[in-house]
Amino acid sequence: MAVVPAELQSTKARPITAALKEALGAGLLALGLSVPILALRTEQDISNRLVLQPRWNYVVIAVLAAFFGRLLYLMYAAATANRAPRVKTVRTVPAGLAQVVSLLGLVALILYPWIALSIVGKAGAIKWIDNFGIQIMIYIMLGWGLNIVVGLAGLLDLGYVAFYAVGAYSTALLAHNLGLSFWLCLPLAGILAAFWGILLGFPVLRLRGDYLAIVTLAFGEIIRLVLINWVPVTNGYAGISGIPRPSFFGLPFNASDQGFAAFFGLEFTPLHRLIFLFYVILGLALLTNWVTLRLRRLPVGRAWEALREDEIACRSLGINTTNTKLTAFAIGAGFGGFAGSFFAARQGFISPESFTFIESAVVLAIVVLGGMGSQIGVAIAAIAMIGGTEILRELDWLKDVFGPAFDPTQYRMLLFGLAMVLVMIWKPRGLISYRSPSIFLREKKKVRSDLVKEGHG
Amino acid sequence: MQTAAVPVPLLRVEHLTMRFGGLVAIDDLSFEAARGDITAIIGPNGAGKTTVFNCITGFYKPSCGRMLLGHGEALAAADIEALTATGARSRTLPTGAVFLLERMPDYEIAANARVARTFQNIRLFAGMTVLENLIVAQHNALMVASGWTIAGLLGLRRYQEAEAKAVDRARFWLDKIGLTERADDPAGDLPYGAQRRLEIARAMCSDPVMLCLDEPAAGLNPRESADLKEFLRSIRAEHGTSILLIEHDMSVVMEISDHVVVLEYGCKISDGPPEHVRNDPKVIAAYLGVEDEEVEKVEAEIAT
Repeated sequence: MAVVPAELQSTKARPITAALKEALGAGLLALGLSVPILALRTEQDISNRLVLQPRWNYVVIAVLAAFFGRLLYLMYAAATANRAPRVKTVRTVPAGLAQVVSLLGLVALILYPWIALSIVGKAGAIKWIDNFGIQIMIYIMLGWGLNIVVGLAGLLDLGYVAFYAVGAYSTALLAHNLGLSFWLCLPLAGILAAFWGILLGFPVLRLRGDYLAIVTLAFGEIIRLVLINWVPVTNGYAGISGIPRPSFFGLPFNASDQGFAAFFGLEFTPLHRLIFLFYVILGLALLTNWVTLRLRRLPVGRAWEALREDEIACRSLGINTTNTKLTAFAIGAGFGGFAGSFFAARQGFISPESFTFIESAVVLAIVVLGGMGSQIGVAIAAIAMIGGTEILRELDWLKDVFGPAFDPTQYRMLLFGLAMVLVMIWKPRGLISYRSPSIFLREKKKVRSDLVKEGHG
Repeated sequence: MQTAAVPVPLLRVEHLTMRFGGLVAIDDLSFEAARGDITAIIGPNGAGKTTVFNCITGFYKPSCGRMLLGHGEALAAADIEALTATGARSRTLPTGAVFLLERMPDYEIAANARVARTFQNIRLFAGMTVLENLIVAQHNALMVASGWTIAGLLGLRRYQEAEAKAVDRARFWLDKIGLTERADDPAGDLPYGAQRRLEIARAMCSDPVMLCLDEPAAGLNPRESADLKEFLRSIRAEHGTSILLIEHDMSVVMEISDHVVVLEYGCKISDGPPEHVRNDPKVIAAYLGVEDEEVEKVEAEIAT
């Protein structure tokens, strides 16, 4: 015990020096990045000349944050590494718990407009029901629709917004040219979008992985460019306005004598329409969810998942993979079309601006963050991402901290990316990272995500 | 009209040739696999055994050749020629059916001609449970029962009954391969030997007339290998499924097969019952890697 070998002695000191070195590296990296980005700001002075304004304090803050952040993280990691490794047990979440959670979520969604009304009153509720409630529900529905293609069938689709656009424009054009009501346009829009899904499906059937992703991306752009340039039909950039709003069994939501409010003897308020719209999109989203859950237990759904796991094995068992892929594309696209139809009717105005690639990326991010194939994960991710970006508009108090020129909504994409990086570090397979089997003999056991494949593209 | 019924065997491969660019992987191969037999295809590495399998199961389109698969009663030779001339893929009679495998895509061979296969590198649906693997194998029957999804979506009784039946069949095979206890575990979690057994059971769940096994004993220990022999024998005896087998483990091949076809460099060098093949100097030469004439000399050297 008298002589401690040198190697052993140094093990105590080594982690700290190593950590310091690494933190220093992180600090230097932050310095390299923040000098060109943060250090100088161009501003126009009174005589309209651009002048450089140094902001070295920002650089110092960024470098110090990176240095200490990295150091603290490494020290935390070193402290936890010495602990006994946690024994990984197979998680058997009681089946009842998941059901209780989804039931509570459903009740919360149904009561949401009334909760919003009772908390913030009539004036405030408009924003909460429209910007938060309806907006989030649209994305939940889109996420669930795309989940069929990406999560279950494992086909990476970067152009999902195309079907959303097809649904929206179908509704707008059918309503304008044939005078159809929203309730007729809705199923037609879904069918047309599904048809376009099959149309996209045919040429990309042979493609896999990156190649499939690129072609679907191109498809999304083609649809958008056609909408922009086919001016006689789509009215180009100007878009289509005056799309009829959904009525309540023939009762329009307006202040007239034949309106909804007058019929039920209520005082007219725009809230009626919003609450009604919220329930329409909630119903549509729940329909998507119900159909998906049902399909997972049917041969076609199991074939999708088998296709994601191993396409060659599928074919050796007599599964027609062409048809299986096409049904996935068609059904996923159909739900995108329903959502698009609803979007058109809710806005009353659509233009190609609403269907850019970033929309596809957001929906795909929702599916990936949620945990591919998990319905509840997708819903949580949609609430977090869409709700989170909407919340940024509410953070006016940040102006007191950072000055009146600070606009939190401009940091939307930055936070978006940050959230993505963090989730991918801690939960690389999404928030809900296990697969629930579609059938069981004795006990429903969750399948760990490391066994489940992402699909071949 | 000559109707002298030359019985169509279960599988007849005629002049099968497969070229990959300039490489001739299979060169004018003809052989037959009789109904109810266990037929083994053996040969040194790279002889083209798996290529033959891939042609029979439709994963490759052969460069030329004809592959006939018969169900039930035999068809007259003239009828087969007539069928070949029409360009049709198959012909179904009340008493049986004949399929021209080289004209059919892979999934149709599995679904209609009822040829099931396993793979050299196991291809299970790793993220799905053992039971789900066996249910997916019954896809086509369940698809019909679910009214191509519509009846199933509406929750009709018909589909639920069909699914219960599919589970019963899966249970039967689970009992048979001793994996009932692990039915609800993901297939990827099973040990290697169990995965091999599960893959065979999955193929059998699709109700095949011919089961093609690509090296089923590879990587098994002697005990598992002995169990496999029993299992394959019972498949043939109890289900009447003929087996086509690629195998390197000679103890398995010689013990259970009725008929052995030996390939070398894509050509058939021997064909017959195991005893015949075992003593064929060409086969010995191929396995020892020497010329035919030198076999005796080399054998003498080995013996000493």
